[in-house]
Amino acid sequence: MSLLVHQLRAEQLVFWRSREAAVFIFIFPPMLFLLLGSVYDGTIEGHPAADVLLAGMIAYGVANTAFAGLTIQLVVRRESGVLKRLRSTPLPSSTYLTAVLTSTLLVFVLQMATIIVLGWFLFDTAVPTEWLSLAVTVLVGVLSFAGLGVGLASLIKSAEGSSAIVNVVLLPMAFLSGSFGPTRDYPRALQALADVLPLTYLIETLKGVLLEHEQAWEHLGALAVVLAWGLVGLAVALKRFSWEPRER
Amino acid sequence: MSSAIIVRGLTKRYGELDAVAGIDFEVDAGEVFGLLGPNGAGKTTTVEVLEGYRRRDGGEVTVLGHDPGRPGLDFRQRIGVVLQQSELWPQLTVHEVHRIFAGYYAAPRDVDEVIALVGLDAKREARVKTLSGGQKRRLDLGIALVGDPELVFLDEPTTGFDPAARRNAWTMIRSLRELGKTVLLTTHYLDEAQQLADRVAVLRAGKIVKIGTPADLIGASQTAEIRFRRDGEEVRIETGTPTATLHELTAEALAAGRELEALEVRRPTLEDVYLELLDEDT
Repeated sequence: MSLLVHQLRAEQLVFWRSREAAVFIFIFPPMLFLLLGSVYDGTIEGHPAADVLLAGMIAYGVANTAFAGLTIQLVVRRESGVLKRLRSTPLPSSTYLTAVLTSTLLVFVLQMATIIVLGWFLFDTAVPTEWLSLAVTVLVGVLSFAGLGVGLASLIKSAEGSSAIVNVVLLPMAFLSGSFGPTRDYPRALQALADVLPLTYLIETLKGVLLEHEQAWEHLGALAVVLAWGLVGLAVALKRFSWEPRER
Repeated sequence: MSSAIIVRGLTKRYGELDAVAGIDFEVDAGEVFGLLGPNGAGKTTTVEVLEGYRRRDGGEVTVLGHDPGRPGLDFRQRIGVVLQQSELWPQLTVHEVHRIFAGYYAAPRDVDEVIALVGLDAKREARVKTLSGGQKRRLDLGIALVGDPELVFLDEPTTGFDPAARRNAWTMIRSLRELGKTVLLTTHYLDEAQQLADRVAVLRAGKIVKIGTPADLIGASQTAEIRFRRDGEEVRIETGTPTATLHELTAEALAAGRELEALEVRRPTLEDVYLELLDEDT
């Protein structure tokens, strides 16, 4: 346990000390929320536009932090030899991975709090009422997208290419799933594509919890899809994950 | 004296390639042992099998009483590793990196003491990314020592160093012996093996072609070189019987009333022996 706390502190130190990562992973979603929030007004599907956007942006934060950020961090650490070096220490792999995931979750929770407070201050968005359901939903979201991240990291071969590949996956997914606004006017083909993406179901659940004051467990089907994607990522990781640099 | 490392008939293949083709050696506790050979001879593969990174294909290997094919946490408590290449968190300071690694071990050494030992006191608060290549290598050595291991693996610890940095690194590696550590060192620099190692195994194409103290390796070669000048021209004679040859030459010169100008009898250096070993059957 003390080893886990030790590594968690190390992870936090590494994360916040690395300016590029902190800006890309932590600042970007709230920044996007500020930009989009000042553009949208009126109502969407009977709710204030900013409230709908809040749900989309929290989901985007999950994908950005737990999926994109984690993927890039893991690839960079693998290729630079940090993972290999840690492998020869008495730090158990399970403790290391738990610390990395907990650290990611911590970063996301701070990010979500930032987004909620910004929305409340600037766009008059509603403060969440179903905190337990919100917690359950983002926990399922963070773990599943982290699973996808570890899976994708196992497939990416070089550190240089990682952020390009990750963004090619992340941005279209966020756009299709409705992180940036309603998708009802999208062509049918794009909507069909959105119907298989995990982010679509995370947004659906978050809208239920934040806008309709529903409980997470009223969206078991949607959460199951999110979780299933996470398991796919995990399965890829179990088959392909490597602690050692790929390039050499 | 007990053995820290015992290797018997170790083999490791990569596809069609026999990276390590059946090698045997033992390293005593407290000994500095060098694996010497050109790139691709199987040095790193051997070390990575012993460190627990690679599974061997055949043979028996014991490291500190453990089978490194199943490296447990207890095994990892007792070894220190300097990889050929690794770049640790560039944004952290020297002190922070040492502190993080110290936290992984049951009985770590004092962090500041280790930083002083590897000569980074002046860089204690410097970010890793601002260190020079040699300083980064010292950081690697520091974090390999911070857990107070019994056995330290150094994979090409001075490759890419300038001569001054190499001398510094050598001093540091010698200090490991004073701390009572067992050291397994790989290098393709002959002088490095000669300077640091108690015993050396010369590897070529996955096999050990010679093993012994640096002096043994040189002594094993019977040839000597005799050089002198005759009529302004240099004469070099390689001989397996230097005493007899020299006797003939001097007798001849004395009889003719001549001087053997610039006479020199030279034993082969380790370098000559090494090149000879690598040349055999190729």
